[in-house]
Amino acid sequence: MKPLAMTKLSLRNLFKAPATVAYPVVPRTYYPATRGRILIEPTTCNLCVICDVRCPTKAIKVDRKGQTWAIDRLRCIQCGACVEACPRKCLATGNQYSEPVTAKSIDVVPIPFVPPPPKPKPAAPESNDAKTSPV
Amino acid sequence: MAERTVIPFGPQHPVLPEPIHIDLVVEDEHVVEAIPSFGFIHRGLEKLVEKKDFNEFTYVAERVCGICSYIHGMGYCQAVETVMNIELPPRAKYLRTFWAELSRAHSHLLWAGLLADSFGFENLFMQCWQIRETILDVVEETTGGRVIFGAAKIGGVRRDVDADTLKRCAAKLADAARSFEELKRVFRDDYSVKKRLCGVGMLSRDDAWRLGAVGPTLRGSGVATDTRLEGYAAYGDLKIQPIVETACDSYARCMVRLHEITQSFELIQEIVARTPDGPVFEKPKGYPNGEYFARLEQPRGEVIYYVKGNGTKNLSRFRVRTPTFANIPPLLHMLQGCELADVGLLVLTIDPCISCAER
Repeated sequence: MKPLAMTKLSLRNLFKAPATVAYPVVPRTYYPATRGRILIEPTTCNLCVICDVRCPTKAIKVDRKGQTWAIDRLRCIQCGACVEACPRKCLATGNQYSEPVTAKSIDVVPIPFVPPPPKPKPAAPESNDAKTSPV
Repeated sequence: MAERTVIPFGPQHPVLPEPIHIDLVVEDEHVVEAIPSFGFIHRGLEKLVEKKDFNEFTYVAERVCGICSYIHGMGYCQAVETVMNIELPPRAKYLRTFWAELSRAHSHLLWAGLLADSFGFENLFMQCWQIRETILDVVEETTGGRVIFGAAKIGGVRRDVDADTLKRCAAKLADAARSFEELKRVFRDDYSVKKRLCGVGMLSRDDAWRLGAVGPTLRGSGVATDTRLEGYAAYGDLKIQPIVETACDSYARCMVRLHEITQSFELIQEIVARTPDGPVFEKPKGYPNGEYFARLEQPRGEVIYYVKGNGTKNLSRFRVRTPTFANIPPLLHMLQGCELADVGLLVLTIDPCISCAER
């Protein structure tokens, strides 16, 4: 049992640089894997709604009619389920956290996707009546 | 005979990060009886299993607790995987074990800091949390999260870690382990630490066993038991020796946890050296149909997950028996006869996690 067993460590700390970072003057460095927030590349999105369906917290809303992709950042838990499910790989997990907010809001992203024109219906077969009808 | 008084302890108290209320019946300065009450943060997570898809429920299971979060998610996945007869790829098993040991080390360091803080040793508290920060950085680098790892998934793990990152993390953790050994010496030798912990909160071997203590609380009373010996995940390939102290007091429980941090650091090095290559995910087929009890070793002790599936995408029952819940009767036993000033410290020595206990 020793009194002041911490003294050596404490004295050494006096001559060391601080262990903390002077945030926000010195910004924090994130790792490439850090799950900060969900990002979308609107030009590749085709409004397939899979991310909306897979989101466990229902933070993502896709409006096909209004052509928008919306996310409630405060509901999102950064689980990455949408990123994994996205077939066009237009969603990504950015490593920066979302900005602090003072009021709840929903980020709405317009999607410039133009749906392909509907395929022309195959021509209706000629009716038998036409063949048999007297000219 | 002194008059008996009831002193409420909690739900808001400086040593408690979470709410638990204990009515302390005291005579002079000595506690005669302790009566707990729970239910301040009950969230009904077990019931939620009926509404969530069984894959989605992994996210919920991980949020049972904020400190031992990863092992909750892993335990749930392990139970469902056994029901569905999914054999995990070896790499996934090793990665799971890697994160589970990181989780144990950071949880114990958090506890060691809180303990130092509870008897006013601010400097030691800060040093413990500084080392914990290194572990959290490794967790962030490998999983992307700091508190919620989000890495477990039914059928494997959500993300692979490349060999370079694993080696870099192992080197960082080796440095952290060296710094930790210095701190351990302070816990082991310092006069004020020993003065506050030695001989306080005695829990005999028989009482610990009879009252159903688990984890470091049980091992601090001299019972050599550790659920990791069951060999789940990759623990079957690793050599685990349960850490036991026989002094049965708060100091013994503290030393068990500190030795476990060292053990975790050593295990992590072994895991990194032995992690095989290969896939990390096996796609589950069908829906779970059947029931299973999974037992795992959390930082706080043995945890049990029960899942019951009925062949649909929703499970019909999920139950967690958390270590804090099992450690409450031993705590009440320890509190009987202790000094009022030691109550805060004794509550901390079981490493209470009330979120886990109430779910």
